[in-house]
Amino acid sequence: MPPARAVLPLRRACGAIVGALALAAAGCASFQPPQPWEKGTLARPEMQFDPDPLEARIQQHIYTSKEAATGGYGVGGGGCGCN
Amino acid sequence: MTVVLLSSRRCALAALALALTAGALAANATAAGTGERAPAFSLPTATGDSVALSGLAGKVVYVDFWASWCAPCRRSFPWMNELHQRYAGRGLVIVAINVDRSRVDAERFLAQYPAAFGVVYDPAGASPAAYAVPGMPTSYLIDPRGTIVHVEQGFGDDRKAALEARIRALLGDR
Repeated sequence: MPPARAVLPLRRACGAIVGALALAAAGCASFQPPQPWEKGTLARPEMQFDPDPLEARIQQHIYTSKEAATGGYGVGGGGCGCN
Repeated sequence: MTVVLLSSRRCALAALALALTAGALAANATAAGTGERAPAFSLPTATGDSVALSGLAGKVVYVDFWASWCAPCRRSFPWMNELHQRYAGRGLVIVAINVDRSRVDAERFLAQYPAAFGVVYDPAGASPAAYAVPGMPTSYLIDPRGTIVHVEQGFGDDRKAALEARIRALLGDR
């Protein structure tokens, strides 16, 4: 068993970490995500992950065929059996 | 050594508990639901007149929250025009509340999808906040006494018939 003096700094560090975590978590709680009616800016085309939906679709089709795996992206095969 | 280990484990537990409670505290506002009194609003139309829900007492009111960037709204507008044409004479009032920040966006939408019914503007978003609108679009069917009788979140072609039946039943009740 170590002497009590060695434990004390660790206790203090623990307290600091808990305090910092509590502050960080409280920061998350006060953050207000945009409400459903405030998503006009997020809905703009330049805010999308894929700038070109057709291009993204084609890319995804090629990717799934090369990787021999489908699903997860909402783009399935074209029904031609070549997927 | 065991004391050090124990205290560090307790520290981690305390931190975890704190993080969890902080997350749980971020509670959501409750949405205006069926059976509740419809929150009041008074909003301007394009011509500068104002439409107040309190002035529509005794009517069956269909309040629709919409935005120019809301894709299903493009399909709901022609349907609401049909409703207006069929039931306005029998006591149905459709109030479409636009929540766009910019009026120009709303006008561009209306040029493409004209509305025969009443359109009002709430760029500040006070009325959707009062109703705690869960998604776009959301419609509230309000009976002549001002009580919400149905909340329709989103708009689907397969829901048209059921909604119209609800409206017809409300109009016939009186």
